[in-house]
Amino acid sequence: MGKKIMRLSAAARREERWGYLMIAPTIIGLVILNLWPFIQTIYTSFCEHLGFGNYKFIGIDNYVEMFQNPEVWRATWNTILFCILTVPVGLFLSLLVAMMLNAKIKGKGLFRTIFFLPMVCAPAAVTMVWRWIFNSDYGILNQLLGTHINWITDSHFVMIACAIVAIWSNIGYDAVLLLAGLQNISKSYYEAAEIDGTSKVNQFLQITLPMVSPTLFVVMIMRLMSSVKVYDLIYMMVEDTNPALTSVQSLMYLFYRETFVAGSRGSGAAIVVWTVVLIGIITIIQFVGQKKWVNYDV
Amino acid sequence: MKQSSMRNMKRLTTILTYVFLILGAVIMIFPFVWMILTSFKTQTESMQIPPVIFPSQWNLDNFVDAVASLPFVNMYVNTALMILFRVICAVVFSSMAGYAFAKLKFRGKNILFALILVQMSLPSQIFILPQYQMVAKLGMANSIFALVFPGIVSAFGTFFLRQTYMGIPNEIGEAACLDGCNQFETFIKVMFPLTGTSVAALTIFTAVFAYGDLMWPLVVNSDLNMMTLSSGLATLRGQFSTNFPVLMAGSLLAMLPMVILYMIFQRQFIEGIANTGGK
Repeated sequence: MGKKIMRLSAAARREERWGYLMIAPTIIGLVILNLWPFIQTIYTSFCEHLGFGNYKFIGIDNYVEMFQNPEVWRATWNTILFCILTVPVGLFLSLLVAMMLNAKIKGKGLFRTIFFLPMVCAPAAVTMVWRWIFNSDYGILNQLLGTHINWITDSHFVMIACAIVAIWSNIGYDAVLLLAGLQNISKSYYEAAEIDGTSKVNQFLQITLPMVSPTLFVVMIMRLMSSVKVYDLIYMMVEDTNPALTSVQSLMYLFYRETFVAGSRGSGAAIVVWTVVLIGIITIIQFVGQKKWVNYDV
Repeated sequence: MKQSSMRNMKRLTTILTYVFLILGAVIMIFPFVWMILTSFKTQTESMQIPPVIFPSQWNLDNFVDAVASLPFVNMYVNTALMILFRVICAVVFSSMAGYAFAKLKFRGKNILFALILVQMSLPSQIFILPQYQMVAKLGMANSIFALVFPGIVSAFGTFFLRQTYMGIPNEIGEAACLDGCNQFETFIKVMFPLTGTSVAALTIFTAVFAYGDLMWPLVVNSDLNMMTLSSGLATLRGQFSTNFPVLMAGSLLAMLPMVILYMIFQRQFIEGIANTGGK
């Protein structure tokens, strides 16, 4: 009896050894590449960079300065505004596209391929053509509209221009995810509703929306998270010499400029920490709010 | 009477669906078409009012100019190597760790897995400055290693492949290895070969993400010859701020390899990216 337990535990110990061995590269990598940098960034946010990688601890000064800096508040507002402008409209259009692709139509695959295309293109390349489309003097958009709007240099329009590009870039991706959710809804619900004479609008409100809400929630969270972190698109659309920069600069863009252009690494680190706090707040709001509209009892 | 009005309704919905989808598709594809058309125009031609749609001559001058001002060959090679190494690292290390987290018992598993979840929920920018300082301290800035560095391990890949391994019943491994092969042999010979679809998805996801990444390559490789397609394009923007045909030619060159791959492997791309994102 005693011998058997010994043998089992020897096998268990072997299993444990293999377990540690197999996770070792990933865990060691995560500690060096992520855990340690995470701690360092937080520490840096309490320091002043003296140059050449030398730091002096200065307490909460960076944070005090940050919250007194209108540029930071503006960037925070810009980031939130970017989310407000892109996420609801983007989700609505994606759901619309997904529902149309879920209907009995021809050329489904071709449409899906076209809508998804921006996903595989580097944002750097894609924004370049949008800058050209939005160009105030020769851009095709102003020509078509017969206007002369400075889409990218006018502080009233630059955010809208960036939001359009963001929505255009993500529609196909979100639609593909939502389409997968729609395809999981059993046809029998619609057949039953059809017999009851339920209108299409009511079918959407009573069947489609509740049934797709878990997928919609996942897509929304994902889209929100990536919108809060938006950087590349705005960086490519609006260079730092653009007079409209302050009207569109996101927190991550400000972080990049503070840390790598201005070299004030301490305040840059404080901005990232502030962004992480903001992400945390948004996540909590979402998870509290989901109880009101996401339907899990399918 | 009611029957026929129902049928008319149905036909109207179908027509409207097509109208909206085609309109949407045109909006989606237009920027690409416009990019291609502009890249063949001369600068004066591109600035004509009213605009001309087709270039009068399909000349390649803009491509020549773009290639002359940016080391495109280097950028292709750098990008390809960065993607290659990141994919290899992600697949090898994440498969091992994903299998261990899904199938093996060891102490501290939950705490170690929490580390992965925390990494996934933090924005990559919180790691970027210390990562840059490490690369600089190693004297490895402006290298392929620097480009690969943050992608040596993939928390997301581990999470994703753990899900996959959890979906494979334990009995498969046990049955195949009745005459006692060790855990690693079970993994390599039996389990890993079953994860092809997920590995393909992770490969595509890693490649597309690395290809589009902008901040890290800009920060770590400032030497033009060591830039990726994305970061190289960002510098072209400054150089030719008003010469849009050259900018379009450069963007087209940067975009082409991935778009061609996408055209060949459409289904794998779409399903791969959708599967990884939907989790």
